[in-house]
Amino acid sequence: MNQASQATLARARDANLDWRELATRYRVLLVSAFLLAFPLVMPFTALAINILIYGLYALGFNLLFGYLGLLSFGHAALLGAGAYFCGIAIVHFGMPWFAAIAIGVLGGVITAAAIGALATRTRGIYFAMVTLALSQCVYYLFYQAVDWTGGENGLRGINVREIGIFGISFDFINPMTRYYVVAGFVILALIVLSRILASPFGAVIEAVRENEERARASGYNVTLVRLITFILSGAFCGLAGALYALQLSTVPIEIMHYETSGLAVMMCLLGGMGTFFGPFVGAAVFLMLENLVSLWTVHWQLIVGAVFMICVLFFPRGIWGTLTMRGKS
Amino acid sequence: MSAGEIILRTDGVGKSFGKFTALKAVSAEFRRGAITAIIGPNGAGKSTYFNLLCGAFRPSTGRVEFEGRDVTGLPQHRFAHMGVAKSFQITNVFPQLSTHENIRVAAQARVARFDIWRPRARLTELGDEADAILERVGLWDRRERVAGALAHGEQRALEIGMALASRPRLLLLDEPTAGMSPEETRVMMELIVKLAEERTVILVEHKMKLVMGISDRLLVLHHGELLAEGTPDDIRRNETVKRVYLGQREH
Repeated sequence: MNQASQATLARARDANLDWRELATRYRVLLVSAFLLAFPLVMPFTALAINILIYGLYALGFNLLFGYLGLLSFGHAALLGAGAYFCGIAIVHFGMPWFAAIAIGVLGGVITAAAIGALATRTRGIYFAMVTLALSQCVYYLFYQAVDWTGGENGLRGINVREIGIFGISFDFINPMTRYYVVAGFVILALIVLSRILASPFGAVIEAVRENEERARASGYNVTLVRLITFILSGAFCGLAGALYALQLSTVPIEIMHYETSGLAVMMCLLGGMGTFFGPFVGAAVFLMLENLVSLWTVHWQLIVGAVFMICVLFFPRGIWGTLTMRGKS
Repeated sequence: MSAGEIILRTDGVGKSFGKFTALKAVSAEFRRGAITAIIGPNGAGKSTYFNLLCGAFRPSTGRVEFEGRDVTGLPQHRFAHMGVAKSFQITNVFPQLSTHENIRVAAQARVARFDIWRPRARLTELGDEADAILERVGLWDRRERVAGALAHGEQRALEIGMALASRPRLLLLDEPTAGMSPEETRVMMELIVKLAEERTVILVEHKMKLVMGISDRLLVLHHGELLAEGTPDDIRRNETVKRVYLGQREH
């Protein structure tokens, strides 16, 4: 090995460490700082909380879609399972809030394992169709289990008024408190995601996305890699669902509707698939458009649809992807 | 582990795709430490046979034995774990990843397949190993380049590098010089001979002349059957082989 050339190369690399690489290195810190200040610039806090929750949902979806390259049309089942599991834990079992959130994550994981075990054997359009079909099965399962889920009326009575953190009691009715509790979980999720992406398995995820056949020949069990990533994605979506249930105090059955699955695709594409912060940008743009445009027209979806098309046609990297890739050769 | 013993054996392996039989019951033995070339005209079943050897296809009939163990129908990733690596006929790399990362991730398959928590930057020995392999296959100065942007010959060399990263005892190469210029072909042939000093090599080649000089043994396939087997001299003298190869011009 040429030691001299190696050292020169290493020095050249350090000198080229530009703001983008620095931003990537400290991405969790930067995003956390932004999230802490975020509600101060928003018109109302409930919107900021929704952006966090949907952003987290889109982040879970992005791990599968953006990083592994599998398009799922069934993520509503994962979000919904998280919300229902968390809600049921509180309403039917009277569990404390943090245990209910853990149950919600578990709900996402179990549902992802069940759907993933069947769906990860397929790919491309078949994967999309199988996940859609299976998520519809999950939808009807929860729809029919009226005693547990409230059926079409939704699961009501998830009332968490106060939460205790390290012995201190916080008023969960206060929107700001709510925001920062949710933000705490989102930051935790970001730390976990960042670690996964930087881990050896993160490299495997990228390799499978790049070339499945080559990954298999190198010794990776591609089906298992897909299943594990699907389950990890389910954990993030389950957490988002649990927070959703706490935020709304109820779980409407519409959360499992396939439109919710489409929402994840849309937010992810808007913000930038395969980017760390893109899902949150996508969720923010979508929900802000929905909230602001619906103030002056009931046809807000027309505007959102137009923005979405412009993004897909002219900014295939999405909003965040385009911003961060600017000037990069 | 001595040279000369049988490393890989196929016992009547065949493969059909629907009604079409691509390969009919081929039985052959491959010796450890040797370079064995599988040759034959177009459509002879070379690639099908190759894919059975490396585990990409499951044989319709017969069995495959690696180091005395029945490996018939094992999933492909298990072949890599056992010490069988392959390069593809059509260049097959991770196009958006850097040349270095291509090899690093291939090497990582030996040590950390499902580790989701430790930072991979800490697996420094894999990075060093990738560097050593890059040097070996002559791609050191392409280290940071995105693999998809490499020249054709360089991508083929990268593929060999990725196969080496799994530290195989058996290296399978499917037409390693396909689409290469004469100069690139010469470099590749030299590399193959060098690699064969430390491991067993089986390669599929369409151009008979190319492998005559470097192979210890040759298998000739024709119409999905084993037509002849032997040293380059045996094959050169074989009348049936001559007829098959003269009957259709080399491309």
